[in-house]
Amino acid sequence: MSVRVGSGTAAAAVEAVDLDLRRHRRPGEAIIQALLFACGILSIFTTLGIIFVLAREALLFFQRPEVTVLEFLTGTVWQPQILKFGIFPLLNATILTSVIAMMVALPLGVMIAIYLSEYASPRARGILKPVLEILAGIPTVVYGYFALTLMTPLLRSIFGVDRVEIYNVGSAGLVIGILILPLISSMSEDALHAVPRSLREAAYGLGATRLETAVKIVVPAALSGLAAAFIVGISRAIGETMVVALAAGAGPRNFGSWGEAVGGLNFFNPFKAAETMTGHIVRISGGDLSYDSLDYDSLFAIGLMLFAITFVLNLISRWIVRRFREEVE
Amino acid sequence: MNNTPATDYPEGEDGGRYVRGRQRSGMIWSFVFFGATMIGIVVLTALLFNVANAAFGFVLMKDKVQAATLAVGGVPLAELPKEALVEILQKKVSKGVVRRLESEKPLAERDRGELYDLVLARVVEPEMVKSWSLLDSLTKRSAIRAEADALPDSRLEFRSWLTLAFITSPQSSNAELAGVRTAILGSLFTILVTILFALPVGVGAAIYLEEYAKDTTLNRLIQTNISNLAGVPSIIYGMLGLAVFVRMLEGITSGRLFGAVTDPTTANGRTIISAGLTLGLLILPLIILNAQEAVRTVPRSLRQASFGIGATRWQTIWHHVLPGAIPGILTGTILAVSRAIGETAPLVVIGASTFIVQDPSGPFSKFTTLPIQIYQWTARPQAEFRNLAAAAILVLLALLITLNATAVILRNRYARSA
Repeated sequence: MSVRVGSGTAAAAVEAVDLDLRRHRRPGEAIIQALLFACGILSIFTTLGIIFVLAREALLFFQRPEVTVLEFLTGTVWQPQILKFGIFPLLNATILTSVIAMMVALPLGVMIAIYLSEYASPRARGILKPVLEILAGIPTVVYGYFALTLMTPLLRSIFGVDRVEIYNVGSAGLVIGILILPLISSMSEDALHAVPRSLREAAYGLGATRLETAVKIVVPAALSGLAAAFIVGISRAIGETMVVALAAGAGPRNFGSWGEAVGGLNFFNPFKAAETMTGHIVRISGGDLSYDSLDYDSLFAIGLMLFAITFVLNLISRWIVRRFREEVE
Repeated sequence: MNNTPATDYPEGEDGGRYVRGRQRSGMIWSFVFFGATMIGIVVLTALLFNVANAAFGFVLMKDKVQAATLAVGGVPLAELPKEALVEILQKKVSKGVVRRLESEKPLAERDRGELYDLVLARVVEPEMVKSWSLLDSLTKRSAIRAEADALPDSRLEFRSWLTLAFITSPQSSNAELAGVRTAILGSLFTILVTILFALPVGVGAAIYLEEYAKDTTLNRLIQTNISNLAGVPSIIYGMLGLAVFVRMLEGITSGRLFGAVTDPTTANGRTIISAGLTLGLLILPLIILNAQEAVRTVPRSLRQASFGIGATRWQTIWHHVLPGAIPGILTGTILAVSRAIGETAPLVVIGASTFIVQDPSGPFSKFTTLPIQIYQWTARPQAEFRNLAAAAILVLLALLITLNATAVILRNRYARSA
């Protein structure tokens, strides 16, 4: 390369390169960005699609002369054959299985989380966490099989064959509890883990035992995280389908009146069969279902209710988690 | 403040007792916490044992016609030549059935093994009288033997419901002959569609959110929405699939628009492609969240170095960000796919076929999948179908374990080479 460059040749060189310092147009890059944006926006369309589909069919359902919104919300009988569409029997079964599930999963889940986060040695954690992960990875239909072939016979042998029906909400509820146990314990453990070390060390420094530190310091500090785990767990339990479809019963537990439902706590009998919202949707759509029939539309009304409940629960849990994160940081 | 007590803790001997009491309750509760954790292991064991218990055990078989009576001139049935077998079939089986068999494939052209199986199925007709669980088979042997001896012309066999024949035979209404080939193929076809749809779209969305999206209201909404979608019950996705893929897009999902209708009697959108897309939407949030996590772990310095030597944004992503993120993306995808393989409810809602014998042949075929098969067999009251369900569960679990092991191996290999 020559070092000495005359002024004339320098000008020529610049001209030859024809340097364009404006921003280069890259149509390829723009197209790729548009495509990626389309992928991202698809999730919004999925949500809108769900709401639109459920709302449209539910609207068709409520526009029918046989159905009123009031009867849907307050009726105590769900029997499409005689045009009775009261959501209570299905909703009641859903709440019943979820409550039973949470009575199993919440105490156990929190205790497991405390053990793993505060007590377990690294080696014990290394063995126990994969076990919980395996439990979380087993398909729900297998849990349904488990409920029907092991839990139900077990309940019947404990409480008596006469008292416990072959299909019962108790068995389904217990197994759903086991099913959401890994979810609750791992979310709770994350919450306990996020509590700063300094809090624990301060408690130990004051002479607290390990139990006192865990229960009086760490758990209260992680309380909103535990609450979020609790709500996500309920939401999972409400939406769970295969266990109740197999083990809870194939027909709604109807009541003649509100008095009959509440009297003698009939609505809360865990040993009798009852069909949940999800169980009903699966049973009806698994049969011969013709489009635009009353049955078809009614499923979407139930689906809308189910979606609304779980959606609100998820929003609440996200709100709690966000507040929790602010508290800790 | 001198007049307030410095402490209300007991002192001296009382104090020692107090501390010991606290330590004791600490001990007790540590056992309680440990016990709660053990319940997880107990349940997992019970679950696996419960499945194995039904998948193996004694069965009591009774033949309609004793094989010994079919011997010709002292030669037992199992050693008869082809011609003799054809003769037996023509003599013992009704004319209509023979005609149907002939039209499927002429008897004379079938080989000996095929004919022998036919004689067993059509003439000997073994029937299952009763089946026992593995636990009963091991512990109540003598009682079972006594029951078998009480029934004339019956034989007791120890049967594994999970056999090679079970995996390779199609569905059948006879529990003896039923298999899961159609269901396995259905599951694999469906999952293939799911992956082809959800992987590119999911990774694309993750890249958009991590690399392109500025902090605008719309982008925050997308992010919040994805987390919310992950919490929607799977059955709701089934209803979305039913209304959109099966009904609205029927022309596409039944293959009519492409002139590719596989089976005209059922060209109604309840096809593999509808199922795959529904599951794709279902696992999309999981794939996006996992892929975002993976993309985020790629160090900023890599991107800056790439921009520094003049690479465009996409060149940076394609050559530097994605290769670094692939192990994470793969692991997340495999986890999401194993979730999809086990999904049952949405597929029942969009209308999986309850009974099909034919293998799926393409995206526009009717379908059934392994979990659906398990659901239907479990829901039937007869005990032998429970045995089949247990065997099918073992197949499903084996499939899931294989997938997860692949995920671990892939992750390790990429982690080493990166």
